[in-house]
Amino acid sequence: MILETKNINKYFRKPVKFHALKDINISIEKGEFVSVMGKSGCGKSTLLYILSTMDTDYDGELFLDNQLITDKTNEELAKLRNELIGFVFQFHYLLPEFTVLDNVMLPAEKLGKKSKEEIRIDGMEKLRLLGIENQAHKKANLLSGGQKQRVSIARALINNPKIIMGDEPTGNLDSKNADNVFDIFKELNTSQDLSLLIVTHDSDFAEKTDRTITMEDGRILS
Amino acid sequence: MKIDFLFTFRISRIHLTSRLKQTIVAALGVTFGIGTYIILMSFMTGLNGILDDLILNRTPHVHLFNETKQSQYQPIVLHKDFQYKINFVSSVKPSDAPIKIKNAIPMIQMLEQDDNVKAVTPQYTAKVFYLAGSTQLNGLIKGVDINKEVKHYNLNSYISQGDYRDLKPGTNTIILGKGIAKKLSLELYDKITVNAGNNNIALKIVGFYESGMSDVDNVQSYASIETAQRIGGVTNNYITDINIKLYKKELAPYMADRLEKQFSISAVDINEANAQFDTGTGIRNLISYAVSITLLIVAGFGIYNILNMFIYEKMDDIAILKATGFSGKDVQRIFILQAMLIGLVGGILGLILGYGVSYLISISPFETEAMPNLKTFPVNFNPMFYVGGMAFALVSTFFAGYLPARKAKNIDPVEIIRGK
Ligand SMILES: Nc1ncnc2c1ncn2[C@@H]1O[C@H](COP(=O)(O)OP(=O)(O)OP(=O)(O)O)[C@@H](O)[C@H]1O
Ligand SMILES: [Mg+2]
Repeated sequence: MILETKNINKYFRKPVKFHALKDINISIEKGEFVSVMGKSGCGKSTLLYILSTMDTDYDGELFLDNQLITDKTNEELAKLRNELIGFVFQFHYLLPEFTVLDNVMLPAEKLGKKSKEEIRIDGMEKLRLLGIENQAHKKANLLSGGQKQRVSIARALINNPKIIMGDEPTGNLDSKNADNVFDIFKELNTSQDLSLLIVTHDSDFAEKTDRTITMEDGRILS
Repeated sequence: MKIDFLFTFRISRIHLTSRLKQTIVAALGVTFGIGTYIILMSFMTGLNGILDDLILNRTPHVHLFNETKQSQYQPIVLHKDFQYKINFVSSVKPSDAPIKIKNAIPMIQMLEQDDNVKAVTPQYTAKVFYLAGSTQLNGLIKGVDINKEVKHYNLNSYISQGDYRDLKPGTNTIILGKGIAKKLSLELYDKITVNAGNNNIALKIVGFYESGMSDVDNVQSYASIETAQRIGGVTNNYITDINIKLYKKELAPYMADRLEKQFSISAVDINEANAQFDTGTGIRNLISYAVSITLLIVAGFGIYNILNMFIYEKMDDIAILKATGFSGKDVQRIFILQAMLIGLVGGILGLILGYGVSYLISISPFETEAMPNLKTFPVNFNPMFYVGGMAFALVSTFFAGYLPARKAKNIDPVEIIRGK
């Protein structure tokens, strides 16, 4: 089991007390490609922030790679995030003043398991995988939206994580680019047995995944 | 899990160079603060040094002499006929007798053996008239061991013309007070006649003494001790003053006290003689520090502001770094390093600025009657100021960066990502 939750509940206290996630029990197997759908405001992003360990303010238990990670320190969580999880956002979050290659290399340099040269080779390989190796030495803020999204996927892959999480990674792309991103995910899923958990509003996208989790008002429907 | 320093450095550098203008402004704040600190300290302590030279260095640590006072015992006390009588002697006057130090030579020998004593210089002061035609001027001739005076009391810096080495014992030579020379219109190597009550002696002027204090320059001259004793018509064991220089100035009061009791002689120590002087030095140092620290605090606030602004602009970057696995501490380290890089660059420029301006000051002409040997402003190029300045720059920028960096550490990435 790559990811498992037991009775996760989330409350927002401000401005009024609000029960955002109710008894969430999900599990994702190794190599599974799972999508999450649901109406706007049902709690998809909120759930994803908890699963990605960035939000620690919840009740219940979260397991990553069969390891209970609830109650770990921020320092330890950062390390887990760095090693196990690749995160892709809806908006292409890149460091604008750094080159494309630098952006991709950052998480690996933080991990510090390989030499800078090895990391550079890895980074170029990931960029090649996503077909943007020719942009490697450009400043990140000069790329188009679709290119940026591919760079952030390359960055998510650099430490060979166990799971990729995405919050509407295709939400800002035209259908051609969205298909392209899906194809990349699918390819990684089949060739590298990578697990994926992708929040989407695009039912075409969701249909093509192994399994779709549907949410409503902070609950899992199916 | 600590992140590599070079890696942190690279992120910091890219952040800073992408905001070059603000970075430069922040660094210039530090440059200005450190530069001013160095200029002020170099100049102030240079000035203090000169003033020390002017007053402290030519003041002996302990000065031994016989004070003119009436004798404690009248001859009648010693007479055994009057041993058990009560006697009254009225109108006792201080003896006019010269103020010779008794047993001066063995005393000097004993002092020279003392471990605390660096130098002992005996003097004989003769009261004389300087004669030129019909003019007579009152004055003093100090008989000294000129080499010792030069070595221990910097007498050389007050000899404005001529060479002190020409003042050899056994020659009729004098280093004449500049004021006397002016009044009597005498030039170097002219002869001057002095009279000490018995006979006239002609002396060759081999130099001029110019202390900068006209009251002194108008009366005082120097001769070798033998010459002075001959002028005064006294024997060559006749010593009026003994000046002592110690290894440790702090011991002066203790030594003075001890010698006063041991030899029943008057002893004045340097602290007693120059109490007000130390106060002046202390206050000047205090002002220099106060001004520099104020400037650095202002520079620190500048850095604090600019870094706060950086962090607002870099919220997204911080969120990305945290989302991809950087811990709060890593982020904090990145921003503290940025502050310290500003401090380092600004500090180095400040050292250069400080050195440059200090150098310009040190070559600017500055002439004053009070210090005839001084041609330019006194500047103290003490390397400790530069070390201290740099340390100060780094420490103050560390603190200026600490609070904004802690804010960055505590930024919640979820809030930023959701806010998009
Ligand atoms: N910080 C917060 N404080 C209070 N309420 C919040 C906060 N963040 C989210 N919510 C509420 O929690 C609920 C779930 O929000 P969430 O962003 O998870 O929705 P979502 O399913 O991702 O929606 P969308 O599809 O529009 O992105 C919403 O009703 C939202 O208003
Ligand atoms: Mg959402």
